[in-house]
Amino acid sequence: MEIILAIAIGVLAGSGIWLVMRPRTYQVIIGLSLLSYAVNLFIFSTGRLGPRAAPVVRAGEAGDLLRYVDPVPQALVLTAIVIGFAVTALFLVVLLASRGLTGTDHVDGQEPEA
Amino acid sequence: MSGLAHHLIILPIVLPLATGAFLLLLDERRHTLKALISLFSVLLVVWAVVALLLQANTPLPQTAVPQVTVYRLGSWPAPFAIVLVLDRLSAMMLALTAILALSTLIFSLARWHRVGPHFHSLFQFLLVGLNGAFLTGDLFNLFVFFEILLAASYGLVLHGSGHARVRGGLHYIAINLAASSLFLIGISLVYGVTGTLNMADIAMQAPAIAPGDRVLFEAGMAILGVAFLVKAGMWPLGFWLPGAYAPAAAPMAAFFAIMTKVGVYIILRLSLLLLGAGAGASAYFGDPWLVTGGIITVLFGTIGILAAQDLPRLASYMVVISSGTLLALIGVGDTAVTAGALFYLLSSTLAIAAFFMLIELVARGQAAGADVLAVTMEAYGETNVDEDDDDGEAVTGVSIPATMAILGLCFMACALLLAGLPPLSGFIAKFVLIKALFQQPEVIPGTVGSTAWILTALLLASGFAAVIAMVRAGIKSFWLPLDGTVPRVRVVEIVPVAGLILLCVGLTAGAGPAMRFADATAQNLHFPGDYIRAVLPADFQAPALSGGPQ
Repeated sequence: MEIILAIAIGVLAGSGIWLVMRPRTYQVIIGLSLLSYAVNLFIFSTGRLGPRAAPVVRAGEAGDLLRYVDPVPQALVLTAIVIGFAVTALFLVVLLASRGLTGTDHVDGQEPEA
Repeated sequence: MSGLAHHLIILPIVLPLATGAFLLLLDERRHTLKALISLFSVLLVVWAVVALLLQANTPLPQTAVPQVTVYRLGSWPAPFAIVLVLDRLSAMMLALTAILALSTLIFSLARWHRVGPHFHSLFQFLLVGLNGAFLTGDLFNLFVFFEILLAASYGLVLHGSGHARVRGGLHYIAINLAASSLFLIGISLVYGVTGTLNMADIAMQAPAIAPGDRVLFEAGMAILGVAFLVKAGMWPLGFWLPGAYAPAAAPMAAFFAIMTKVGVYIILRLSLLLLGAGAGASAYFGDPWLVTGGIITVLFGTIGILAAQDLPRLASYMVVISSGTLLALIGVGDTAVTAGALFYLLSSTLAIAAFFMLIELVARGQAAGADVLAVTMEAYGETNVDEDDDDGEAVTGVSIPATMAILGLCFMACALLLAGLPPLSGFIAKFVLIKALFQQPEVIPGTVGSTAWILTALLLASGFAAVIAMVRAGIKSFWLPLDGTVPRVRVVEIVPVAGLILLCVGLTAGAGPAMRFADATAQNLHFPGDYIRAVLPADFQAPALSGGPQ
């Protein structure tokens, strides 16, 4: 389980970083999205991984650490997703404004001289 | 403390939030009403912040223990829920923010607040984020406030639109989104190791981290540090800064002078709280990096101001120099040096903000500045610039007599402040710093001396470069244009600039009390026992918690 998650985070982060370095704005925004997925999975993993473990302690049950996972990272992921979504939408607007003003989708607003 | 006075600490966050949200509902054409509400909100925040500053600077009765006010947002005790913490440092940063907010808002009332939609709402939200970031005592809450201030700043960087701003804004948003990812990774690493997000609680746990986990903790702190250093604009993470600040609208660039200082503030807070003398094996973990990075940043900024072709770019590189100096000084990790750095922070931030606003006024008489403004006006369908100027003249009567003389005086004052020449507060800051650098106790013989010499040389060299750059810019703007038109300047535009410079003059005259405050703040930071004791309930504190100035 750990190895699968680790590989997933690694692949997402790696492709995200590669795309962020690309010169087209669309590639940059997809790269940033992939990066934020990788980060969200990473935060999620700090709450311990385990199947059939709820992040709440049921009434009447002893607080056995084997039976529940830490709820805080899940709350953090939720917040991070919401914020990331909003800011990505904002970035998309700026991207479109840049495309409209400059007529190119290069991140510097002009094509490099060949 | 009883009744409403206890809730005063939340006012700088809640009031701008409510105001900003309410302003969204008002029609965009009701400029005057919006401006009045916005101004009223900022004035109330200024009042609250002054009260908080006085409160934080008064020690608890009958003791010398500094007063650290803790506000429990959910009425739960500290490690379980989010708290706001007000100590001397946060009170000082709040005051600085409020002063800059008031002056830049007044400045923008002359013209800038009309060139784009929802200016006042964004302005208020930026204030929410800044105040929250300075007040919070929780790492993840800090991330939330950071995102609020960044989201508002994205809008304000683009305020006025135009090619240069959209291009600068695009880079600015992309780098900050990437930095936010690092921020989150750092937070989760620290949480994974310590099991808490409360800063005081992390500081408590730090010495007891198992040796195997320590490398994870340090990696987390390092990644967090990188995220903040991007904000603070340290070389090589700060190349976005001139591109975003230089084309931004003048009052916004002036307000953004505080935004790099948010990064500096967090670095100062976390490096002394979590990685200070009490952090066990991780003590002073990042300090060599801060010193080296700060030195290179100052060199980069120095080359930048010498190479800058226009005034906004010159001012942006001044921001870089100021950040670099502060980071290098924080890395020295000495109480007296930190005190001097705090005084330098006040002086340089006020001066840079005044300079950003001043250069817009100076450039107005020249063609380049007019072009930018014309494009802006055109993009938003405003009436053309000349007509607008005529309106202004009708309102204020004639343009102020001796405009050029006043502008020239302000320019000279800014130059003295930024270069650190006598008689203004920039000189006092550098004097205090150099004195403190050479008086710090030598931990390892020989090492302190060389760092002190390098930093002193750097302080003086960057000041010298600033003199050259400012003199050259001054000659080009004031003496060279023989047929240059006198810029039309309204009273509301020159008053904030003069006000900020007068504050620096006040800082010079009141250097004694100001330095005493900075000393006390630095003491609190280097011995965070009182901070931790105030935040955490008694049964959470380890018995071995050491604190208080020895």
